[in-house]
Amino acid sequence: MLKAADLDAIRAIITRAKRWDLFFSMLGILSLMVGVLTFTVLFVDMAIQGVPRLSYEFFTSFPSRRAENAGILSAWVGTILVMLVTALSAVPLGVAAGVYLEEYAPKNWVTDIIEINISNLAGIPSIVYGLLALGLFVYYFGFGQSILSAGLTLALLILPVIIVATRESIRAIPQSIHEGSYACGATTWQTVSDHILPYSSAGILTGVIIGMARAIGETAPIITIGALTFIAFLPTAPFAGDPPAGLFDWILAPFTVMPIQMFNWTSRPEAAFTVNAAAAGFVLVFMTLAMNGLAIYLRYQLRKNIKW
Amino acid sequence: MEAGVEGTLLKAEVRDLDFFYGAFHALKRVSMPIYDHKVTALIGPSGCGKSTLLRCFNRMHDLYPGNRYAGGGIVLHPDDTNLLAPGVDPIEVRMRISMVFQKPNPFPKSIYENVAYSLRVRGMTNKSELDDRVESALKGAALWGEVSNRLKELGANLSGGQQQRLCIARALASDPEIILFDEPTSALDPIATASIEELITELKEKVTILIVTHNMQQAARISDFTGYMYLGEMVEFGVTDQVFIKPQKKATEDYITGRFG
Repeated sequence: MLKAADLDAIRAIITRAKRWDLFFSMLGILSLMVGVLTFTVLFVDMAIQGVPRLSYEFFTSFPSRRAENAGILSAWVGTILVMLVTALSAVPLGVAAGVYLEEYAPKNWVTDIIEINISNLAGIPSIVYGLLALGLFVYYFGFGQSILSAGLTLALLILPVIIVATRESIRAIPQSIHEGSYACGATTWQTVSDHILPYSSAGILTGVIIGMARAIGETAPIITIGALTFIAFLPTAPFAGDPPAGLFDWILAPFTVMPIQMFNWTSRPEAAFTVNAAAAGFVLVFMTLAMNGLAIYLRYQLRKNIKW
Repeated sequence: MEAGVEGTLLKAEVRDLDFFYGAFHALKRVSMPIYDHKVTALIGPSGCGKSTLLRCFNRMHDLYPGNRYAGGGIVLHPDDTNLLAPGVDPIEVRMRISMVFQKPNPFPKSIYENVAYSLRVRGMTNKSELDDRVESALKGAALWGEVSNRLKELGANLSGGQQQRLCIARALASDPEIILFDEPTSALDPIATASIEELITELKEKVTILIVTHNMQQAARISDFTGYMYLGEMVEFGVTDQVFIKPQKKATEDYITGRFG
């Protein structure tokens, strides 16, 4: 028979034990705030400084020696074109490598070494990629200080992220689905194209966007391969000019990107350029957030029809 | 061969099969016949090798490294193909022998596409032919009446029992010679279980059935032949009634009467 005193004792134990819940949830909220608040303060500060500077002319003007005339036209066009090259080269390579490692590669020591190296690649400082690209793309392949060189450099940089994301999302597919496909008599390629890729596309996409969001802000490797900091023209559009440019002529054009433009402006002594940098930073963060928003939307759309 | 099998043809034979998971000897010189258009049940305690044996029939073990067929084979009649011979493509084996898994595993696709998939991998693209085959497979799996007007819905929206019948339809659509069932009702409620059991008894008109079950009553209810396995060995094989009423071996009797296992 339970006595009232026993019940009190049990309640006292529970109360004492629950203090740790309270303690940890406080600690958790504090840890969360460190990250969230820091970003918010930085972003709001940048927005207060930069947003008033934003105008139609800011987006349609080239850089200038006079801060009030300077704009980010060449920078945002450069960023978008470089990102395009990065995505078009890194996504097929990364997804193919990830699928191969998960579905085709024999499980032996060679594969193990490759796997360890891929994780290591993700941790290599980006400037090292810049040096590699300077030797390989700029000089050896002769791509010069171009959009192509920059795009491929950033592609190398985010390749490990995409490979890892691809593998993780393939592994998230239940083994029973995998076996179900093979049991129907499917080949490995049929299993990959009919099941593995469609069901893992949401996760792969998330990895791609995380990688792209990292690449869009990279400065060091782009400076290393020799991006210009002051550029007052745009790459030739396909079929523009006389004689008309080819479809892919822009790919070998010199360029600049948003973070380099910011870097350049922050190193100027005039305060007006700092405001320009803040405005450009706001645009860059906005671009990143827009990419993340798109990722969340697409992931939701893709996952709607995936249920196990 | 065995008592009470006059007039039944052999569909397949397991002959002295040895199988290893890495260093673990999972099947030890297992032999058993599979009779045409009959239900053969494999029973035994967990880890006895019954699922391992079942998964040899469609070479599922080939998907994982370290698994090894180490002697003996499974001969499929009437063409006398040894399913485990190195020269035999596992995909060819899976096209002849389909499988229904323990937990219903419909693909995250429509009901229609789930059934059509086993036809599509066989290169069937003709829409009206696909429609016909999907319909007859769903009818064969006693699911057509419930899903005929919602073929475009996700398979995962069905109830557990319906999902399992969908998987049976998928296994049936390609007109296989044998269907393997790996504890097909262990994730289902009693009513869904009853409907699957009824379906299995109907299906033997069309196809040979090999079923693994941990439910002895189920084996007694639906199977014509039963094999009792223990520690990777086939302890006893025979006509179901005899195995359950008058087992030849003491070990079988102990298991069946619940004194062991």
